[in-house]
Amino acid sequence: MDLLTPEFGLFFWTLIAFLCVFFILGKFAWKPILKALGERESGIADSIATADRLKKEMGQMKSENEKLMMQAREERTAMLNEAKEIKDRIVNEAKNQAKTEANKIFADAQQQIQQQKMAALTEVKNEIGNLAVEMAEKILRKQLATDEAQNSYMNQLASDIKLN
Amino acid sequence: MMCKRVFSLFLLALSLLAGNAAFAQQEELPGAKQAKEGFNATEVIFGHIADSHEWHLFDLNGKPVAMPLPVIIYKPGAGLEMFSSAHFEEWEKMEDGKTKRSGSYNGYHLEKNMKEKLIADDGSKIYDISITKNILSMLISVVLLLWLMMSVAKKYQTKGSLTAPSGMQNAMESVIIFMRDEVAKPNLGHKYKKYMPLILTVFFFIWINNMLGLLPGGANFTGNIAVTLCLSVVAFIVMIVNANKHFWSHLLNPPGVPLGIKFLLVPIEIISLFIKPVALTIRLFANMLAGHIVILSVISMIFIFGFLSKVAGIGFVPVSLVFAIFMFFLELLVAAIQAFIFANLTAVFIGQAIEDIHHHHENGQEYNVTNEEIVA
Repeated sequence: MDLLTPEFGLFFWTLIAFLCVFFILGKFAWKPILKALGERESGIADSIATADRLKKEMGQMKSENEKLMMQAREERTAMLNEAKEIKDRIVNEAKNQAKTEANKIFADAQQQIQQQKMAALTEVKNEIGNLAVEMAEKILRKQLATDEAQNSYMNQLASDIKLN
Repeated sequence: MMCKRVFSLFLLALSLLAGNAAFAQQEELPGAKQAKEGFNATEVIFGHIADSHEWHLFDLNGKPVAMPLPVIIYKPGAGLEMFSSAHFEEWEKMEDGKTKRSGSYNGYHLEKNMKEKLIADDGSKIYDISITKNILSMLISVVLLLWLMMSVAKKYQTKGSLTAPSGMQNAMESVIIFMRDEVAKPNLGHKYKKYMPLILTVFFFIWINNMLGLLPGGANFTGNIAVTLCLSVVAFIVMIVNANKHFWSHLLNPPGVPLGIKFLLVPIEIISLFIKPVALTIRLFANMLAGHIVILSVISMIFIFGFLSKVAGIGFVPVSLVFAIFMFFLELLVAAIQAFIFANLTAVFIGQAIEDIHHHHENGQEYNVTNEEIVA
């Protein structure tokens, strides 16, 4: 039974030591440790929640992006078509304009050529006339150089003149 | 758990039988005892498990090698006195043949039977608050515990709460989380945070002391009833102080119970209230004491058989060692399990005292059921 009787001294010191340990650890160990554990747990929970939210948002953004892409593709096609039309129109217009212009130039050129040809022809005629007059003069001068020739010629002329 | 306790009781019984056998042997051969001092297993075992005013390490050439510890005495009216336990010398047997008495110093002497007691020579009332072996062991454990937990706490502060724990911090964290999630939360409900420091301190204080007690030459601190009584008194006070109105009303005036039964039930309830700390006290004390006794008994068997015959002693060495090693492993487990049980029961008792109204209705129904059963 000796073993079952508690000693006062041991009880006393145990109580003091236990209470000291309790208060010191309570203040300097358990409080920060439990706080850190709580923080970590809430931090992890927060992170998971944030990740979930982000995932959802990402999904939303993805679908939105796809929609935008589709829209953009449609717009691009429309723009391309429009551009093609405009191009065709411009080309056609340009072609027509070029044709008329070319025709006009062609006509002008022809007219000018005609004019110049006529002028040249007139000049050549004049020249030829002059040349013929000169040559006739020279020939006359030579044929009528002598008095006899002049007389014969005058006779001829006089014979031609038929005095009715 | 139950199975294990039955097993250790069985071992205890076995070892006590062995001890008695040795004792009987000595009594049968008084002549031989005179010539050759026999091995007294009881004295050795109780010398190891009992508290002492010196820290006995080993015997060298028949002389004990021990560390003297300070003796502190408070004598009402005379104040405090303090001196070294080395002054208590010249042990001699008293008339009854079992008790040993040391020489007097300063008007005090030690008497050692199963326990060592400090007694004033003139028989006056004194309070012995010496730093005994158990207390020194406890102080070492306190220093260890403080250092360990503070360093863990510091790590949390330096590394921040969101980095993964490492090393000792990791080891302690898993234990702390276990205590929080498996002990505090289920038993204490949403108010668990308030009691976490108590439960953690109780658990680690008991655990580290259990472990230190297992070291060779260590003190049997948690296997001492003064210690377990102190811890359960603390738990009991916390329970009583925090008990709510519903706890008291259900204790002193159980609802839905006829008056006649109340006279029977209320005393039982009050007794059960006081049995709780007693159960706590005895459970830890008996478990740790039994474990120490079993290990020491198993080791003592070598010497008991050795004194019978040298061959028997040597032949018993392997058996004893295997058994002792097995017991050591078991005790390592028990050290943690008993600390856990103490903390868990503390939480359970506090939890009962602070239970919410909601739960009390269920209790009321239980009372009704028992009432009907009694009537039936």
